[in-house]
Amino acid sequence: MTWSEITLDPIEPEAVLARVAAAEDGAAVLFLGVVRNANEGRPVSGMEYEGYAPMARQQMAEIVSEAAGRAGAGGARIAAVHRLGELTVGEVSVAVAASTPHRAQAFDAARYVIEEVKKRLPVWKREHYLDGQPEWLEGRTPAAVGGVK
Amino acid sequence: MLFFAAYRELAGESDAVVALPERSTVAALLSALRRRGDGLAQLPDQVAVAVNRQYAARETVLADGDEVALIPPVAGG
Repeated sequence: MTWSEITLDPIEPEAVLARVAAAEDGAAVLFLGVVRNANEGRPVSGMEYEGYAPMARQQMAEIVSEAAGRAGAGGARIAAVHRLGELTVGEVSVAVAASTPHRAQAFDAARYVIEEVKKRLPVWKREHYLDGQPEWLEGRTPAAVGGVK
Repeated sequence: MLFFAAYRELAGESDAVVALPERSTVAALLSALRRRGDGLAQLPDQVAVAVNRQYAARETVLADGDEVALIPPVAGG
């Protein structure tokens, strides 16, 4: 079972975790990405997330499906959601929940999802500072450039 | 054509319609955009491109009506 979404609404971590609960699972991992109050020494007041929403939805669905495929025997229940729009310090920007029979696969699945999100989800963020103009944060060039996929 | 984030600022617009010869590739589209005479001249060589919401290679052949997007380096999470 996998579930994923791109949303403008606040993320409710417990609701994401509840989506993956299963009687056969003995381990559940919940990862949250949170807007922090400073970056490289500059005080941050908030973060603006922009996304190519329809493509991000497809990519997120592919990522969680790949993560489930890696889980091996017993499978994995995985849910992931990324928020777009203006967030303030302390708000959750991304949540990943993974539930599996044993803990190693749950950690692995959650880690896989967030690392792939960072590599290929078409989302950008502009940081707002207490002391100056907002700036787009430096990102990573998706590996597909030049011919993969 | 869709432009996002920093590339939207280079283009000065969020979307555009680009006319190209039939069976043009993504590479040809990028060349045309760089010659437009605006900030897109600064597009990096390694710019990622999506065609119909999937990452696409330079040699991908475009068809009339394709949704093409320039994807700046991603920074989700």
